[in-house]
Amino acid sequence: MSKALLLGDEAIGQGALDAGISGIYAYPGTPSTEIMEYVQKSKRAKENNLHCKWSANEKTAMEAALGMSYAGKRAIVCMKHVGLNVAADPFMNSAITGVNGGLVITVADDPSMHSSQNEQDSRYYGKFAQIPVLEPSNQQEAYDMTREAFALSEKYGSPVSIRITTRLAHSRFGVNLSEPEPPNDLRLPGDPKQFVLLPSIAKKRYKILLRSQDHFEDEAENSKYNKFIDGNDKRVGIITTGIAFNYLMEIFHEGFSPHPVLKIGQYPLPKKLLNKIFNETQSLLVLEEGYPFVEEYLRGVIFNENKIHGRLDGTVPRDGELNPNIVAKALGKEISTNYSPPEFLANRPPELCPGCGHRDLYDALNDVMKDYGPQRVFSDIGCYTLGALPPYNAINSCVDMGASITMAKGAADAGVRPSVAVIGDSTFTHSGMTGLLDAANENSPVTVIILDNAAVAMTGGQPSAGEGRIEQICIGVGVKPEHVRTVIPLPKNHDEMVRVIKEEIEYDGLSVIIAQRECIQTLVARKKRMRKKK
Amino acid sequence: MKKDIILAGVGGQGILSVAAVIGLAALDYGLEIKQSEVHGMSQRGGAVISHLRISDGIIHSDLIPEGEADMILSVEPMEALRYLSFLKQDGWLISNTKPFVNVPDYPPVEKLLEEINSVPNSLTIDADGIAKRLKSPRSTNIVIVGSASPYLGIPIENIENGIRQIFGRKGEDVVNLNISALHAGREIALQEKQ
Repeated sequence: MSKALLLGDEAIGQGALDAGISGIYAYPGTPSTEIMEYVQKSKRAKENNLHCKWSANEKTAMEAALGMSYAGKRAIVCMKHVGLNVAADPFMNSAITGVNGGLVITVADDPSMHSSQNEQDSRYYGKFAQIPVLEPSNQQEAYDMTREAFALSEKYGSPVSIRITTRLAHSRFGVNLSEPEPPNDLRLPGDPKQFVLLPSIAKKRYKILLRSQDHFEDEAENSKYNKFIDGNDKRVGIITTGIAFNYLMEIFHEGFSPHPVLKIGQYPLPKKLLNKIFNETQSLLVLEEGYPFVEEYLRGVIFNENKIHGRLDGTVPRDGELNPNIVAKALGKEISTNYSPPEFLANRPPELCPGCGHRDLYDALNDVMKDYGPQRVFSDIGCYTLGALPPYNAINSCVDMGASITMAKGAADAGVRPSVAVIGDSTFTHSGMTGLLDAANENSPVTVIILDNAAVAMTGGQPSAGEGRIEQICIGVGVKPEHVRTVIPLPKNHDEMVRVIKEEIEYDGLSVIIAQRECIQTLVARKKRMRKKK
Repeated sequence: MKKDIILAGVGGQGILSVAAVIGLAALDYGLEIKQSEVHGMSQRGGAVISHLRISDGIIHSDLIPEGEADMILSVEPMEALRYLSFLKQDGWLISNTKPFVNVPDYPPVEKLLEEINSVPNSLTIDADGIAKRLKSPRSTNIVIVGSASPYLGIPIENIENGIRQIFGRKGEDVVNLNISALHAGREIALQEKQ
């Protein structure tokens, strides 16, 4: 047994390695990125007996992992919460097909939206798919649960999900590691039709999933991660999920609660344990990171005003992540602050790096667009979304991966002229290519600007799936070659960029302008590595 | 023994290296640590914060409660003040004096320093200037660690070991430069104390 100082994300990566995975599949997304990065840096990755290359998006990642599971091997998929929306189709259906080798889907939620466009709670997806969900409260549990998730997955032939949130994902703590398991041998499914979801087979498979529900509940009822801790003061019983337990322990300095506590870490929810704490206490406080998932379940249709307290009655704020102060307040134990920051402090929002090519492109685009009027630029998810802020104020949308092209098309369909889309190269290969096909098939009057910095820059400069073939992809999809233009976004090329953008906007059909210059961060990192080699 | 430290700065200034040195020093001294970081969007030139908790007992929360931090250690004066609500009544506020100006409405530095110095246990240090004089301009953050070192409850030898662990790969010269930076920062703090 050895001990390692690991981020929650890294503990999951190490847990997966020690569970003998044969592959990890993921698309970068805060706060999940470090799981894959940790595995990529591992010894096993260097020995080359492990798949650990980034996928084009979360859907392809989920499907490839299912394919690896089909072959009898263990696989893990990692994504941020909104990534599961992209992977939802294979995710939901993998619950029906079931698995062969263990399959674990790790989803990192981002309550308070530190780096995201919403704070959706992935536990609902687990319930939706009717599969077990594990929710660690600390780094050690993140490691242990990942290992156990594979065993659980193989025991019931079901995918298993792990849900973490930002603070655990990005917090470091010492983790005790246990003996690693060897990878599974290649073994095709015993039933050759298991994965054929024709209605006649799907109906049978669905019955199997439904029959498994009792087992999943039994597992949760008896899980060491669902723990009833008795307390003398029965006026309040406290239910915690995930890291909320730590905040609760924090405010009782002795490290234990005078009130009975039900610590939940494994779903489906343990009904007997919930009944126990409900019956033994006068009122309940539900502390959960994310949506009021447990609280709504407990309340059912009868809004029990006096008995159940949490996010729905305002005892805990309805949105945002928890912290020790919020938990203390919910228990009437307000922690007082001594100082407050002076009012004259300026906000310091994130910004595009000095020397970034996006800056030069936005300067040129703004120069062109001032002749056409405001609110005609649709954009997407990446560093360039910061172009929505001053000094650029250059873009008017950021919704989901790839939506810039399709929204620009829809607006053009409605008569907006010009209609411009701004999208990064990795976002384009993630979910923009199919939208470009729609626009190409109708030769929609849309000007698509692809900011090609050859990296997934916002999440730390991971390699982009386009691999230098953006131009070929656009032409292959059906954009007319003479309307696929390339510019180099540098201050000295400002006039040329203005001219090219203007020409393509004036063209009454689909065009693509590829603004091609390496991300300044990956460039600096690459030069540093080169100097080291010399 | 328990020390809760808020580390503050601007994305790209390297507050995670400050956290790493102190964290490794604490581990070297046989203490437990929990350290929460900021990854993702805010790293691009935005305000960043890290919670570093050191203890000889169990550490529950990954986040320090507001009003209970033993120290705010900042590599930038405006960021030193942003998280003031975390500071304990007798906690230490330690900050670099050099501003990182990337917003148009950045307040006058004198006003910021005045505000910092109004906290009873406070220390401002020209870490950039000191690092430059040592001919090691990239050691600014280690000067800051040095200025915090008398109040960390960790022996200086263990902090030196933390530096060795981090910079060891870069060779003995880099290690020694950073250990000098550590002591230069510490000296200032000890002089102030008198």
